[in-house]
Amino acid sequence: MSELRGKARAARERARSPLALRLALVTLGLAVALGVAIAIAVSFGAAEVPLWRRLLGGVWSDAQRAILLALRLPRVLAAAALGGLLGVAGVAFQALLRNPLADPYVLGVSGGASLGGVIALIAGVGGLGVPLAAFVGALASLVAIERIATSDGRLTVFTLLLTGAIFNAFSAALIYFLQSVASREELSAIVFYLMGRVPSPGLATLAALWAAGIAITLALFASARDFNALTAGEEGALQLGVDVERLKRRTFVLGSLATALAVSAAGLIGFVGLVVPHLLRRLLGPDHRLLLPAAFLGGASFLVLADLAARTLAAPTELPVGVVTALLGGPFFLLLLRRRGASLGG
Amino acid sequence: MVAERKVDPRPLLEVRDLAVAYGSRRALDGVSLELSPGDIVGLLGPNGAGKSTLVRAISGVLADYSGQVMVVGDELRALPRKELARRIAVVPQEPRFDFPFTALEIVLMGRHPHLAGLAFESARDVELARQALTRCGALHLASRPIDQLSSGERQRIVFARALAQQAPILLLDEPASFLDLRFQVELFDRVRELAAEGCAVVAVLHDLNLAAEYCDRIVLLQGGRVVAAGPTAEVLTYQHLTAVYETEIYVDLNDITGALVVTPLSSRARLRLRDAQRAKVSPAPP
Repeated sequence: MSELRGKARAARERARSPLALRLALVTLGLAVALGVAIAIAVSFGAAEVPLWRRLLGGVWSDAQRAILLALRLPRVLAAAALGGLLGVAGVAFQALLRNPLADPYVLGVSGGASLGGVIALIAGVGGLGVPLAAFVGALASLVAIERIATSDGRLTVFTLLLTGAIFNAFSAALIYFLQSVASREELSAIVFYLMGRVPSPGLATLAALWAAGIAITLALFASARDFNALTAGEEGALQLGVDVERLKRRTFVLGSLATALAVSAAGLIGFVGLVVPHLLRRLLGPDHRLLLPAAFLGGASFLVLADLAARTLAAPTELPVGVVTALLGGPFFLLLLRRRGASLGG
Repeated sequence: MVAERKVDPRPLLEVRDLAVAYGSRRALDGVSLELSPGDIVGLLGPNGAGKSTLVRAISGVLADYSGQVMVVGDELRALPRKELARRIAVVPQEPRFDFPFTALEIVLMGRHPHLAGLAFESARDVELARQALTRCGALHLASRPIDQLSSGERQRIVFARALAQQAPILLLDEPASFLDLRFQVELFDRVRELAAEGCAVVAVLHDLNLAAEYCDRIVLLQGGRVVAAGPTAEVLTYQHLTAVYETEIYVDLNDITGALVVTPLSSRARLRLRDAQRAKVSPAPP
């Protein structure tokens, strides 16, 4: 009886926890923002399909309905899932490396992914062959990097960083080599693949991306308090009761999976995984319990809007979305740094 | 709490024959130590004596050691991380803060080992953290980002974090190195209170006078071995200190406070002393 009462009290205290309230507000706010971004993004493009007119009682033509459901909505939802994956991977690697300048591509998995994708392109595999090959490449490099960076059963963050850099450089060299022997058509396909482009995937792929995005975010969220403690350094976190070795391994694998999915599906879209976590940390503070869900939703909104810009800015030509994120993200990031001085942590 | 001490004389921390090697270098060799509730033990010795290594080994950071470390009756290796952190709190020598959490958030991290998986800190955890900050005279810093605090203020925050951990064993590695005199005294007064409440405290200290004032027992280390161990007044002697620190160190009693006073002799003071002795032995020629 008293135990029951104790549990009820504990539940009440949790509900009153200011952090839980903030988490609910932040998640709700960013989810609404993502909804708005998606609504805007499906409304504009080569053909306008204005959502609000429908909401005000208007009627779409069959062509508009077809464009919306078959082309635009899948692409916008894909952009959201990919942006979410990149945002979460960015937070994960920044926590793991205890460095706000880390991004999803820093630990080498993206190199393996792009190499796999390029090989598939040259081999002439069509359809889902390219993303599948990229994913296989990413998983292979994930396993290899983890093995190499582990000694005496311990994963050394410094070795991990070096191994990742070397993997990326090596993959880049192999890709350059393949480009140099590729035909002209293959070459342009490779260049466009590497620049990053949001696909218009089928329902199965779309569902897989979203499911993976949400699952990885939740799995990382389960370690959020451990990430907070890890900012006291590895020894500090150990002394606070964190199983640091398990945390590092788990984070590397989950972050790399998120990166692998994103790169396989859309090529190298830069800056999302760097700018979004950084901006959110400035707005919300460094607590990973807020940052992780916020990075998924914020990254999703960011890439939805960047992809909208990629589709519409130079219409009828479509820009690679990686170019847009870099063009938007780069100056914005520098502005942030200038405004708030050199304190990278905040 | 004093009564509890009589009922349960079981030591909180027992270190037997501990040896640690970094590569081929022996950092600790055959170190033994025993702490009961209420004990404040000072770890003293020159740089490289193995003091911090001993703290790291006891706190479970070093995977490779030989010998036995019993933490509240259980072997260190057998304890899960969180359980260990509920039994031992550490105030590190150079605390790290990679991201700008607020002071209160840092102190709340001391509640981490008490919280299940996903749980958020409850109102009680926040209350405990605020009490810890109050106890360290740092409540006014609660909402300040840690990267905007002075090193002395940070040290008080980290001490508050260890208090919030509510562990029976407290390991302090140079806890007073960045504190001015007032906060040194305040911090060690808190340490003494904790001991009176039944905690066992191990403190690595460079300041021998602080050790003389606050420690019940001293373990004097040199080259990874225990040179002397025992009650403070028996260990802090001219012979021990001069041998271990390899410089002349005088120990006497302060007339007013009755406390031990440890004075390392500067080379100029040594010369002055020698001249004075010569003057006594051979009176000045007429």
